Amino acid sequence: MSDLTKLTIAAARDGLAKGDFSSRELTAAHITAMAASKPLNAYITETPEQAVDAATASDARRAKGEAGKLEGIPLAIKDLFCTKGVLTTAASHILDGFTPHYESTVTAKLWDAGAVMLGKVNLDEFAMGSSNETSFYGNVVNPWRRDGDDSALVPGGSSGGSASAVASFSAMGATGTDTGGSIRQPAAFTGIVGMKPTYGRCSRWGVVAFASSLDQPGPMARTVRDTAIMLESMAGFDAKDSTSVNMPVPNFEGALTGDIKGLRIGIPKEYRIDGLSDEIDALWQQGIDWLKEAGAEIVEISLPHTKYALPAYYIIAPAEASSNLARYDGVRFGLRVEGKDLNDMYASTRAEGFGAEVKRRLLIGTYALSAGYYDAYYLKAQKVRARIAEDFKQAYLNVDAILTPTAPSAAFGFGEKGDDPLEMYLNDVFTVPASLAGLPGISVPAGLSKEGLPLGLQLLGKPFDEETVFRVGGVLEEAAGFTATPTDWWRG
Amino acid sequence: MGMIIQGATGDWEVVIGLEIHAQVTSKSKLFSGASAAYGAEPNSQVSFVDAAMPGMLPVINEMAVEQAVRTGLGLNAKINKFSVFDRKNYFYADLPQGYQISQFLQPIVGEGKILIDLKDGETREIGITRLHLEQDAGKSLHDQHPSQTFVDLNRSGVPLMEIVSEPDMRSPEEAAAYVKKIRSIVRYLGTCDGNMEEGSMRADVNVSVRKPGDEFGTRCEMKNINSVRFMQQAIIYEANRQVDILEAGGTVDQETRLYDPDKGETRSMRSKEEAHDYRYFPDPDLLPLEFDDAFIKRISETLPELPDDKKARFIDELGLSAYDAGVLVAEKEVADYFEAVAKGRDAKLAANWVIGELFGNLNRTGKGLSESPVKANALGELIDLIKDGTISNRIAKEVFEEMFDTGKAAADIVEEKGLKQVSDTGAIEAAIDEVIAANPDKVAEYRSGKDKLFGFFMGQVMKATQGKANPGVVTKILKPKLDS
Repeated sequence: MSDLTKLTIAAARDGLAKGDFSSRELTAAHITAMAASKPLNAYITETPEQAVDAATASDARRAKGEAGKLEGIPLAIKDLFCTKGVLTTAASHILDGFTPHYESTVTAKLWDAGAVMLGKVNLDEFAMGSSNETSFYGNVVNPWRRDGDDSALVPGGSSGGSASAVASFSAMGATGTDTGGSIRQPAAFTGIVGMKPTYGRCSRWGVVAFASSLDQPGPMARTVRDTAIMLESMAGFDAKDSTSVNMPVPNFEGALTGDIKGLRIGIPKEYRIDGLSDEIDALWQQGIDWLKEAGAEIVEISLPHTKYALPAYYIIAPAEASSNLARYDGVRFGLRVEGKDLNDMYASTRAEGFGAEVKRRLLIGTYALSAGYYDAYYLKAQKVRARIAEDFKQAYLNVDAILTPTAPSAAFGFGEKGDDPLEMYLNDVFTVPASLAGLPGISVPAGLSKEGLPLGLQLLGKPFDEETVFRVGGVLEEAAGFTATPTDWWRG
Repeated sequence: MGMIIQGATGDWEVVIGLEIHAQVTSKSKLFSGASAAYGAEPNSQVSFVDAAMPGMLPVINEMAVEQAVRTGLGLNAKINKFSVFDRKNYFYADLPQGYQISQFLQPIVGEGKILIDLKDGETREIGITRLHLEQDAGKSLHDQHPSQTFVDLNRSGVPLMEIVSEPDMRSPEEAAAYVKKIRSIVRYLGTCDGNMEEGSMRADVNVSVRKPGDEFGTRCEMKNINSVRFMQQAIIYEANRQVDILEAGGTVDQETRLYDPDKGETRSMRSKEEAHDYRYFPDPDLLPLEFDDAFIKRISETLPELPDDKKARFIDELGLSAYDAGVLVAEKEVADYFEAVAKGRDAKLAANWVIGELFGNLNRTGKGLSESPVKANALGELIDLIKDGTISNRIAKEVFEEMFDTGKAAADIVEEKGLKQVSDTGAIEAAIDEVIAANPDKVAEYRSGKDKLFGFFMGQVMKATQGKANPGVVTKILKPKLDS
């Protein structure tokens, strides 16, 4: 039998349907791959026994003719999603031993569709980071390496474990969450597809919160089609999340018609930032040419407030986080470091429980909300956010989707951007504006850098128009013909 | 009447504003489906949301929104069709989220006004600044363990309305009347049970003093006062404390103080400098609260008659005095009882019986109205017996005592005890003749001009008939016999 881990979700679905192999076999192949991928440190918690049980149950359902849309497909779950009875860490020391008594809405929907959980994957602590270097459970390693260079590279973040698992074929797909680029940037760094849906498309219920007004779950997989298949089972209104939107879930896979003739694609001139590398610029131009050849009309657009997006994001997200993370106080669950009184216990618990990047953001956020600073920081940032959303609204009067690079560079080495948080934050420069505007976006692998590392292009769509994003993404994927895979050095 | 403190430098006026926290009558919590009922086993009514487990999200309880709007309408206040929930951030062991979801800049209810009822039957208008919805915190139990604190999260997330008044009150009595009026209104509306003992109503009291006509002075806030009596004591103590400071040439510090009912004094809890920076910001887990005019209209159509309207009707239509009407409408339960008694009867007589005999006996026995052995229909039947001449007013009081003690019906008691009023002229005339025959000297005195003795003869006749003689009939027969 050929290596089942190399199949796409779509192909595995067909193989399972035809009876070429069972979910047990498919799952077993991934459990083996997962075990072999330890050097990548993609998984925090592996659940092979539950996976086998779930696969067995899936095969039984299929035998009864009750196959769901993701029947028997093994997936990895970002360890930010609460999973009933399975340790959930948010990659933080402060959630030591936390095993939820509930299942997040998104994962519950995946299991309802027949999917099988392989384990919980690593991430930046509380999803705060762009390189997966802030996890309490250690760095996640990118399966990709520079040509002729054995040094380890970051997988991007915060969904670094999801990206590494999917790119190293230890999971067919993974859930991610995207707050400022946490799905799209790691997808670009690892040569896979990552889709951030419109804010409100997927329920946040049961997802450990980072920044509530920005957090959005989404799929990560190796093809545009696979992410479309996954999103169909993840999305949908949830009465338990007041910000989820009550709209029908379209047939996303059906949107992949390959036909983009006459679609108008915007190219925002403000995204040609200073210092953009020649190869990213060239890849962007290549993407433009591919879409033009496919019959799309290319339109230069202006998103004038783009340069304020990053500063606004780094006020709003930490401000919300400073409040969202107040519940980690040592009183009810997770880590507790005893102290001489209540305040001492709080201080000791949080000092030991949170890592440096989380602390930095909590301090920034607390400061931004403080009396006397609120208007100058938080309120101003919200006004900027409204302007950015308005920029997109105006642009979408004239175009159907927007094409940009996903990240300003390819994956970098560990510690390369560790000293200067601002340089690290620049990773999100192309992904953050759409997050602030709540728009859907996808990163599609489009080529390799001179050093042989994957590079991604980003497509942004109108609110709740994931279908156009998928459609154009599919065309881009087809044109790029990205088939490169990392060498499996981690297998030793 | 304002409270004036006479100081060495002249008179001081007391200025009082109140923030009342009223627990919304609702089956479930403000943002979760857990029960909001009082008195359950600790931590038995706690959802994952109330315990602030990771990834849990609040969902607004629409019933609580309706209750807030209903209360706003009862306070004659502006209803804001667009309002926003904010997070009020602070750390405490019984605040699981690390923030309280409240409403800060844009509350659901804006300015309103109510009338408070003062002792002399007068009323005063007190301004309402706002009403907003917020979550209650849990409860820290410090007495369960020598060194540790236990936390009960049953209250965590219970819906509260914070009703903020203007600084319009000028005496402890007015503050007390205000609290009583708010309690009366929310009870009429069914939006809060007003039970201060169980903590469903608590007040934060702001007190300052000033020379009449001056600007407002610096205020101190006393938190979480749960009885009207303590509130009045706290105001008196605090106002005098401030006057003493000012007269000694000092300044009052703006601070939060705690009233200690055992010592009868207030003491500093935290100064303005130590005050929390709550870092309010709109809760990103919740959408702004929006509703339309139809929603408000639907609620306003179900509003009951409120105490002020009821009082006016009792005065205008039933002819009651302002005092009696005020007493009867203060509690909806009392008003309902009275209306049941008065229906189809002499309302003034009904009011006298409710306020006089009924309240007297309830007070004597320490019973609440709901525990009264005499129900409204039974009291009504008693009044009917007076009206149709079956018993006299005096006998009726005797019958009422018996009814109160035994729960028996008035007619049965009258029958059993043979208390039926005698209107038979033959029997009465015989009794009168006996009295006249037995008191010849008194008859002579009367006839020589001592008119006052008529009462003596009435008394003797009533005594002879065990009080059962119809006094009207007695007078009619006795007068001509004495005068002849």
